Amino acid sequence: MSRNIFSRKRQIIEERSLSERSFSFIFILLVVLFFGIPLLWLMLAPFDRVASYSIKWPNWTLSNFSTINENPYALRSLVNSAVFSAGTGLLVILIGAPASYALSRVKFAGRDAFLYVLLLFSSIVTGTAAMVPLFLLALKLNLLDTYHGVILVLTGGLIPVSIFILKDFTDSIPKSYEESAQIFGASSWRILRDIVTPIIRPGLAVIFVWSFVQAWGNFLTPLIMIRDVNKSPAANMMYSFYTEGGQAILPLVGAFSLLYTAPVLLMYFYVNKKYGFRFYGGIKG
Amino acid sequence: MNKGSRAAKLGNPILGRGAAAAFLSPSVIFIAIFLFIPAGWTIYLGLTNYKLTGFDAANTKFVALDNFLKAFQDPQFISSLKLSIIYVIGSAIIGQAVLGFLLAWVLSTFSARARNLVELIVIFAWIVPGSVVAFLWFAFLNADEGTLNRLTGSNIEWLIRYPMLSIIAFNIWRGAAFSMLLFSAAITAIPKSHLEVARVAGATRMQQLRQVIFPSARPYIYTNILLIILWTFNDFGPYLLTGGGPGGQTEVLPIFVYNTALRFLDFGYGSAIATVMLLMNLFISLIIIKRSKRNR
Amino acid sequence: MSIVKIDKITKVFPGGVRALDELSLTINDGEFFALLGPSGCGKTTLLRTLGGLESPTNGVIEIDGKDVTWLKPGARNIAMVFQDYALYPHMNVLENISYPLRVRKFSKEEINRRVSQATKALSIEDLLERKPSQISGGQQQRVAVARAMACTPNLYLFDEPLSNLDARLRLEARTFLKQLQRELGVTTILVTHDQSEALALADRMAVMDKGRIMQVGSPAEFFHKPANVFVACFIGSTPMNLIDGVIEGDKVLIGKRTFNIPEKIKNKVSDGQKIVYGVRPEYVQVSKEDGHGSASGKVKVMENLGTHYLVTIDCDGTLFRGTAPDGSEPKSNSQINLRAEEGRVLIYDKQSGDLIQ
Repeated sequence: MSRNIFSRKRQIIEERSLSERSFSFIFILLVVLFFGIPLLWLMLAPFDRVASYSIKWPNWTLSNFSTINENPYALRSLVNSAVFSAGTGLLVILIGAPASYALSRVKFAGRDAFLYVLLLFSSIVTGTAAMVPLFLLALKLNLLDTYHGVILVLTGGLIPVSIFILKDFTDSIPKSYEESAQIFGASSWRILRDIVTPIIRPGLAVIFVWSFVQAWGNFLTPLIMIRDVNKSPAANMMYSFYTEGGQAILPLVGAFSLLYTAPVLLMYFYVNKKYGFRFYGGIKG
Repeated sequence: MNKGSRAAKLGNPILGRGAAAAFLSPSVIFIAIFLFIPAGWTIYLGLTNYKLTGFDAANTKFVALDNFLKAFQDPQFISSLKLSIIYVIGSAIIGQAVLGFLLAWVLSTFSARARNLVELIVIFAWIVPGSVVAFLWFAFLNADEGTLNRLTGSNIEWLIRYPMLSIIAFNIWRGAAFSMLLFSAAITAIPKSHLEVARVAGATRMQQLRQVIFPSARPYIYTNILLIILWTFNDFGPYLLTGGGPGGQTEVLPIFVYNTALRFLDFGYGSAIATVMLLMNLFISLIIIKRSKRNR
Repeated sequence: MSIVKIDKITKVFPGGVRALDELSLTINDGEFFALLGPSGCGKTTLLRTLGGLESPTNGVIEIDGKDVTWLKPGARNIAMVFQDYALYPHMNVLENISYPLRVRKFSKEEINRRVSQATKALSIEDLLERKPSQISGGQQQRVAVARAMACTPNLYLFDEPLSNLDARLRLEARTFLKQLQRELGVTTILVTHDQSEALALADRMAVMDKGRIMQVGSPAEFFHKPANVFVACFIGSTPMNLIDGVIEGDKVLIGKRTFNIPEKIKNKVSDGQKIVYGVRPEYVQVSKEDGHGSASGKVKVMENLGTHYLVTIDCDGTLFRGTAPDGSEPKSNSQINLRAEEGRVLIYDKQSGDLIQ
């Protein structure tokens, strides 16, 4: 870094000293290594003919992916995950959207406090803390070992936050839209369908994706509710691949991990492209 | 004329009463069934000695606070509680929050491309499903072939020798992205002019941090801390990596509840522990909210 | 036939605000009726009550002899154009206009017929494929009107339809709207805070204040004979002269100056009565005469209004306004006399604010 008079002036504007910048650089480098290295396995081993626990340059092949076909439960579990996740995502927006809309428009004393308390309550009564009654509930309602059972339980946990987020979207719809539709004779259902839903579509997309991703990675609920291996989702199947008896079948595990991860990665890219993946000030206090 | 007096009292809302009820009832039902009932039921069960099998299954008794007394004399529970606290402080507070903030702050001075690239990597760690993350770390920490040992030239069985450290690192890896994104939003929300005034007044970066950034970011900090403490405290993730072992050395509370209630089928006692968790969740939330309100 | 009868409507909001206070009004078939008043006077509340978006606390509304007070908005066969036009952003112009018809389940042919009729009348046929965000404010307004038209309602309600347009567009739209209403011949009620708009558009109008009607009548009546001081202040692009005075004998005494009492009301006033002397600057001229009937003072402000000047003088501490034709305007700071045309003077009772006639 040349230190003549001219760059000195520039240094006043450039507030970071050399030592600061090198610390920053080293820090970021460490961070990248910390987060990046374990990830490398996911990108390399699935394509490695001789996959091992190490991260190494692969002996490139696609044959690992065919092992998934050979395992009777692997593909099945991915389909199960898809069913659970899509089902949860759909149910959440089907139930959440009308509720947010109603809450946007109907005022009752303490409505905002109620919402806040609801949100808080849902953070406190977690799947973990409530696992016993959820199990017993599923037992008594015949929901154990069923697709709809898992979807219902997963949905239940996601509804409060979804309503909270969607309400921001429904709040922003000008009342004149609905009033004009009312004057034209549209019923509340029509208004919800024709006007509210299309306008809050971005919010619905966000909530769908979020619910999908939550359900896709959820391990505990299926652990508690599903006994039948044929209905087991990928999260639990994955776990069984590396814990059940003896050595993990690494080619299978690698390929399976990638297939299992791919959908959520794609969803991230999609949401990021369309809406940008940042918290725009909506999460303060 | 009386037909409308009800409507008049409502001030003619856009949404008729019937429609509003119809729109709200599904969620109300869900919330009742999956939030309120489980909460109450957990507490109720904690006051009984309900077991699914064995002698007591036939004679479920109301034992009031016996379970709770038993818990606080149970060394396994105490250990579990301690482990949870260490887990939260280590991975949530020090790990995710501090790391997330540092990342957001340091990256704010990098170019957009560099920032996006680094953030992408951190976010990937967050998005990858839990079971896969667990396996990636399983492989990374593997004694014989794991990359960590290959890089450091050792052959330590990390998951056995340093289980808590392992799950803490694992959780930081998984969760830092959330804090990073949140604080990134907090920092970009600060008007540039505030920082420039400080700079012109001669403040160092550290001073700027303390005097401009922290005060502005306060609500974000509180929200963030609240959320990640709750999430980490209730996190079942360690099960994926260590199963709670070896020998219960990483048996944080969620795993302890699972083992007690759903493996040993002691629902009464398990629920009592879960009730303790609920109360702690509540306690944590209230404290943080109170603190955040007080400092407004 | 759409006669609108409003009978002693009262509307009290939950907070206790009395937006409408035993208001009664009749609007005739085919009329273009304007509701004018300052913010908060209740005009929008009245319109919304007519539309069914608010329910009155008391009173009756009849349209064509039918009691619609408690009828749902959709059942009243009316159409409303909102200030923000309320065009649905996700539908294109065609879908927006046809929406009410689709709700009412008209046949495809009927929908097409009505839509083309409306779009032709408003010259927006080539905008049908576009979305609201892709058209200008003026075009949006016409789409909103077309949507209302397509339903062939018995009554049109317009809530400040021109406020969101910029000044020049507003005047064009005004003319267009007046012509359209004439052609359609459907009863139309318009709410506005712009008195020039009301005067230009309405067949008859009402000025409201605090939930009550201050005056109902034709624009000409409003201009020449505002019924009370409130209305007098409100109407007219140039503020009316309203000056406190008192009756002394058979003259009006303002300060030290005396003025004539208009012939017609000479026997309607009493000695010592406190009054307000009102006359439009348009009917006040510069004069050479001084003394009784003249206001004299130094010219304070000269405003150029194109064909004439608005002259403001300071007469014994009170500001008085008159006009002078372009070309013979007085010089600033010069001492002049202003005289009002006899027939144009209005005397109001100070206490009640009402016109003495």
